[in-house]
Amino acid sequence: MSITYLEAIREAQAKLLRDDERVFIYGQDVGGTFGGAFKATKGLAKEFPGRVLNTPISEDAMVGAAIGAAIEGMRPIVEMQFADFSSIALNQILNNAGTHYWRTNVPVPITVRLPSGGTKGSGPFHSQSMESIYAHYPGLIVMTPATVEDAYTMLIEAVAIDDPVVYCEHKYLYYHLKADKLPTQGVPTGTARIAREGRDLTIVSYSAMVHEALAVAEQLAGEGFEIEVIDLRSVKPLDTNTVLASVARTGRLLCVGESFPWGGVTAEVIARAAAEGFHLLDAAPQRLNAKDTPIPYHPNLWSAHRPNAKEIARKARALLRE
Amino acid sequence: MLQTAQRQSKTKKPSPPHERFLEAYRWMLLTRTLEEKLVSLYRGGLITGGVYIGKGQEAVSAACGLFLQKGDIFAPLIRDQAGRSAFGEPLLDVTRTYLGSRQGPMRGRDGNIHRGRPQQNQLAMVSHLGAMISVTVGALMAKRFKGEKDFIGLACIGEGGMQTGAFHEGMNIAAVEQVPLVIVATNNHYAYSTQNDREFACHDLVDRAIGYGFEGYSLDGTDLSACLEIIGGAVKRARAGRPPQLVVASVLRLSGHGEHDDASYVTEEIKREPFARDCLKVAEQTIADLNLVDAKTLTEWRKEAVAKVDEAIATAQKEAPPEGDKEDWCAISVRDLVDSLQ
Ligand SMILES: Cc1ncc(C[n+]2csc(CCOP(=O)(O)OP(=O)(O)O)c2C)c(N)n1
Ligand SMILES: [Mg+2]
Repeated sequence: MSITYLEAIREAQAKLLRDDERVFIYGQDVGGTFGGAFKATKGLAKEFPGRVLNTPISEDAMVGAAIGAAIEGMRPIVEMQFADFSSIALNQILNNAGTHYWRTNVPVPITVRLPSGGTKGSGPFHSQSMESIYAHYPGLIVMTPATVEDAYTMLIEAVAIDDPVVYCEHKYLYYHLKADKLPTQGVPTGTARIAREGRDLTIVSYSAMVHEALAVAEQLAGEGFEIEVIDLRSVKPLDTNTVLASVARTGRLLCVGESFPWGGVTAEVIARAAAEGFHLLDAAPQRLNAKDTPIPYHPNLWSAHRPNAKEIARKARALLRE
Repeated sequence: MLQTAQRQSKTKKPSPPHERFLEAYRWMLLTRTLEEKLVSLYRGGLITGGVYIGKGQEAVSAACGLFLQKGDIFAPLIRDQAGRSAFGEPLLDVTRTYLGSRQGPMRGRDGNIHRGRPQQNQLAMVSHLGAMISVTVGALMAKRFKGEKDFIGLACIGEGGMQTGAFHEGMNIAAVEQVPLVIVATNNHYAYSTQNDREFACHDLVDRAIGYGFEGYSLDGTDLSACLEIIGGAVKRARAGRPPQLVVASVLRLSGHGEHDDASYVTEEIKREPFARDCLKVAEQTIADLNLVDAKTLTEWRKEAVAKVDEAIATAQKEAPPEGDKEDWCAISVRDLVDSLQ
């Protein structure tokens, strides 16, 4: 048997609907025979009548309704058609969900699924990665699974968590990643994973960029370098300890993220490493992100805009030489 | 004050067509020809990303573009090729954008329907539905500030996009500002796979007009003469200083949401509804019934459309794509203020 990242997301939702009657799925085109723009809920409306509901194109109200339902004891999963459209629901996510527990002592257990990241030809409004924005605001958990196994167990965990979770699933990984079977147990959120061991340089990444980093590690192994690749798994909470422990071994740090370069997850990792692990570093820590422009449509521009294996390798070699 | 003008499809004895019927028909024909070509390029793997066509909506859209004058603002959406062309968008803008030519108005930075020339009053839509309504309102406010006269704005939307908060805010602010705006909403009975019953629960979308202080009109979007009369009338009233106008047209989307979508969810039942007629075929039937032009001329027009489209495609296909290392990676115009990142 082989199961894709996308199928893992569907299977996790099927399991959640089966095991927990508080769960319902709310989003555009998720119901009927259609099962979502990416088919992440295919068949679920039929299997679980009345619990997989199509919504109007009203992201703000979709999340607002989910928040209300969560306060009343439900465990809603909201599917955004694309992460980019969650900008419409920012107010509900940041100001309502994000502040609610802190203000009232009543947590808001919603899960918002964001089909994230770039794919060829998708352009500025169907390619965004928004984890940094959500992580910046207090009160939210932000997950960025990079493997089929994590896609599955972290989504199940997201719904179990009493706080609002923004679950960033990468569209490129939907079909490109496969696993033999789904795990019965996952690593808890907040713990990073060492995706590859090495002692010369640490590359910290998350989501689809983990796979670019692994490709670079493989390539540089041929040049005699041993690169350690860390998959953050969740960007909030951020597992600083695993990063620092790795930097203690390698003395060199490169952090790679697919999103825009100003601030964000990579800057946060570097700031923590510099502040708490300055003495461990043999060279100035580096980061690599997309360019500071909207995400271009044309494949030639898109592949130059995002960090790719070639760029990561160039940056890694420069760091290794220092 | 709410006025509704209902037009029934005229199957028996057609009345004389609108005076701009044939002109509009030719934009519809050009659009159908162009979009069929784009679809075949897409199927042949020659277009990256999506292709979104307006099949079944050409009559509504052509009427949107046709009554606009040079100084007017047009905010088209996904299925408005006919209107874009009628308003003056060159075919090359379309083919260059779809085919990723560096010379197109979007220079490969954006694709497919996400294009425009704001300096020629063709606003460039973002994907986020509803977002262009208030932008159109602002453009009209600016024209008023600047003392321009006789201008209007026309913004298009689908029934799905009408359910966004942005659309509601946009309508309200248009009425508050009393700008000369026409909103043409096309209810094609689907938002992607979702049918009307999960989109809204009011009896008729046109009833919303009165709630915002718009004047509202319903329209059979498969009937070109009706489209011209009702959208033309709304444009005229907006230009004459009447309150903002809402036209709600009824059609069926005769394609997938995009060309990646087989639309297998579209029910057989809905395909038998009167609004499921193909407006192009209906217009051609009228042409034949009333003998508006002879068959030879029609054939000429078709050939002309094909030739224009072929030329625009061939030209765009010859042009160089953008290159990452030659690209000007800068998202702001004030170069002194570019951040020193990277
Ligand atoms: C705010 C927002 N949410 C989601 C989408 C994704 N989306 C693109 S088109 C579409 C359906 C649009 O339906 P409608 O407005 O009826 O236009 P039609 O496609 O039928 O012409 C959706 C959900 C979007 N573009 N914007
Ligand atoms: Mg629609």
